Amino acid sequence: MVDQTTDTLPQRPAASRPAKTGFLGLKGSDATLLIVVAILTMCAPFLLNPFPETSSLAQFNAGYPDLMQRFVIFGIFAIGFNILFGLTGYLSFGHAAFLGVGSYAAIWTMKLVTLNIIPAIILGMIVAGLFAVLVGYVSLRRSGIYFSILTLAFAQMSYALAYSVLTPITGGETGLQIKPTDRPILSNLQDGEIGRANLFGLDMRSSFELDMGGWLFTFNIGYYIAAVVMLISFYVAIRIFRSPFGMMLRAVKSNQQRMSYTGLSPKPYTLAAFVISGMYAGLAGGLMVAMDTQVGPERMFWTASGEVVLMVILGGVGTLIGPVLGAGMIKYMENILSKINDNVLHQWFAFMPDGIEDFLVTVIHPFIGKGWHLTLGIVFMAVVIFLPGGLVELGQRIGRLFGFGKKADDSAAAKTPAE
Amino acid sequence: MSKSNFTRRGLLKTSAIAGAGLAVPTIFTGASWAGSHTGFTNAPEGSTVTLGFNVPQSGPYADEGADELRAYELAVEHLNGGGDGGMINTFSSQTLDGTGILGKQVEYVTGDTQTKSDAARASARSMIEKDGAIMITGGSSSGVAVAVQALCQEAGVIFMAGLTHSNDTTGKDRKANGFRHFFNSYMSGAALAPILANAYGTDRKAYHLTADYNWGYTTEQAVRESTEAVGWETVNTVLTPLTETDFSAYIAPVLNSGADVLVLNHYGGNMVNSLTNAVQFGLREAQANGQDFQIIVPLYSRLMARGAGENVKGIFGSTNWHWSLAQGFTTPDGTEVAPDPASAAFVKSFGEKYGFPPSQAAHTCYVQTLLYADAVNRAGSFNPCAVVEALEDFEFDGLGNGPTLYRGADHQCFKDVLVVRGKENPTSEFDLLEIVEVTPAAQVTYAPDHPNFGGAEASLGSCNPGA
Repeated sequence: MVDQTTDTLPQRPAASRPAKTGFLGLKGSDATLLIVVAILTMCAPFLLNPFPETSSLAQFNAGYPDLMQRFVIFGIFAIGFNILFGLTGYLSFGHAAFLGVGSYAAIWTMKLVTLNIIPAIILGMIVAGLFAVLVGYVSLRRSGIYFSILTLAFAQMSYALAYSVLTPITGGETGLQIKPTDRPILSNLQDGEIGRANLFGLDMRSSFELDMGGWLFTFNIGYYIAAVVMLISFYVAIRIFRSPFGMMLRAVKSNQQRMSYTGLSPKPYTLAAFVISGMYAGLAGGLMVAMDTQVGPERMFWTASGEVVLMVILGGVGTLIGPVLGAGMIKYMENILSKINDNVLHQWFAFMPDGIEDFLVTVIHPFIGKGWHLTLGIVFMAVVIFLPGGLVELGQRIGRLFGFGKKADDSAAAKTPAE
Repeated sequence: MSKSNFTRRGLLKTSAIAGAGLAVPTIFTGASWAGSHTGFTNAPEGSTVTLGFNVPQSGPYADEGADELRAYELAVEHLNGGGDGGMINTFSSQTLDGTGILGKQVEYVTGDTQTKSDAARASARSMIEKDGAIMITGGSSSGVAVAVQALCQEAGVIFMAGLTHSNDTTGKDRKANGFRHFFNSYMSGAALAPILANAYGTDRKAYHLTADYNWGYTTEQAVRESTEAVGWETVNTVLTPLTETDFSAYIAPVLNSGADVLVLNHYGGNMVNSLTNAVQFGLREAQANGQDFQIIVPLYSRLMARGAGENVKGIFGSTNWHWSLAQGFTTPDGTEVAPDPASAAFVKSFGEKYGFPPSQAAHTCYVQTLLYADAVNRAGSFNPCAVVEALEDFEFDGLGNGPTLYRGADHQCFKDVLVVRGKENPTSEFDLLEIVEVTPAAQVTYAPDHPNFGGAEASLGSCNPGA
């Protein structure tokens, strides 16, 4: 685990680190960031449901359990990916394989051992970590595009194996679920009862609904558990970013040769980063199973690996909060934009004259429903061209616009990795 | 410096907020998914009811998904009293009267399954959790159908499967809340074998190329077992990767294997490519064991036939439904089959709305929507358990496949299966297949505990109303 690297930080002499190491061993701006993220995730059911149920804008509400869970789970996945890509610059194109391996490990734990999610998630992390050691050991012998292709090859291999050859273990195309016949050792299910993922008896799908006027807010157990795990992962990521180990990873990114000439081998550092980010992926995979007890091989398909790359770039490579924002953005588009159809558009524009209404619907049609890929593509291009620093850069620019210049610059300096 | 010092005070504040946030939901663990006061998930309130149409809008089966969506929109229109009513008029159960379902206007939401089980489940969950859908339907592959069916079972809503042909959907992965109207691999094999024996003789040696995933396995098994039962011999079975686009390497050894029939257990793009390769290799003109070489495609769809073009001519396969039923046809042995009024009504209203005839995917989706609506009306309730009871062992007619039984033991429809052949002289791009024979339902019926369907272990479990 990463503890030994993070533990060293608070004991560092104050002289080498003028910034205060206060809250949980974080310096000021990082602590603020962590607290802001914590507040945002805890209040997500309110923040993501800004429109009343009955209004036509309710279509844009994202505050339902499944999507909120996906936001934080893919946030974890992207945070982990960013530790590798953002810090070392190694672009893995096969990270979905670790997500998938973690998921398979987690669901088998649930099918065989216990329906409690903790062992499942931990085993998911361990198995994904071991697999990352194997893949990393081979792939990290090369860098640049060769590394990307090697990881891609490993991931596609895993996908193909899961889809067909390993069908007895992975369930093939139809995947694995908890069945009525599954009787985990540590469970007391009645006959015919289908096991449900739980945390010491708390059902992941239990929700409390709060009806306030026209608004309906859903507080879901699964979401809050995933959110807490995300906050912990986020905290660990901050500690890694700020640790000497993180500095070494940045050194790998900026100039590997120079690093070797100073007598340091970059290999252990890159492998450690690779395994850590693989374990983050395994954690995300385990959580996915905990929230929704089903695994399919598509989870390891190369498009899934590409998606996490997009998330990180969209949000801001090498920044702390960027990957989470990117993950949220992509999942939002995938789940909200894809569900808008012509019918919905006609309802929105119903107040306009027929001709204009039809015209507007025709114009917007390619960008909604199945066209969400196109919209995402355009947004991605715009971000890469105009905001190379991703959504984080957008935030900084807006911040500067409103006169928080000094602060924004300060955090920019803190967030941008050494080039 | 404007940095604030977060120490004990900050920690206390944060933990208070986090603690409060955590405590809120844990106090109220009783309600799951949705309002518990109604007795079941997403009980419709007010004057409308919401159905979820979860179809592939992107990915390899996007075309089929688009056709499914057209059928759903048509079904909703008919249920709400619009259009000419389509098959509502020919349906043997007459509870549907154009006033929606149980007097509630039908509304719908759509989603994109991307033909990935994760995406399909995400989309279905958003329909259930956000839009309050009471029933989910659609899909164009068995992986998605099995995944979404399991989700609906957990969530306590009804799942009406779209196009899914693998035995598993109503076999080992059957669920009490899930229903399938479409036929399956076993039925394809059982329907094809006698006709193949008739057309090509009983002394045949078959070589199977099988797509390397669940559907491929069950289809190969079904065709192999049923053709072996009529005296054929299976020379070899070879698995091909799903992502393969060039099957030359797999087809080259076929001619020298001693086989005289090639069975392509492929679907979609796979089938289009493998059939094209096989024809390019001259297999159709070839001779083996003193007989003409033959090719068979167990599951046909119109979109596949269109993709393969000229190459499908004369090649046998099976299909769930075909729009030419609406016109009547003549079987090769000269029997005239009269037009089916139900199919005619469906083809007419679909054609008038969209300008071309519906595919089998559109048909099964339209029928599933009507069957669900009718079951709710007959049950007098949207409660999934009441709907399950109404659909189980329900016998109906007038939905295009003749007399049909929704078997209670596995929630599979039993009806006639169409054996089709690529048409020699197509008149349009939709007129690519001709019906050779309608295999009666009795011939394709199997026991619910058939070993290919999970055996005695497979069970539906009990219906789950959620909440």
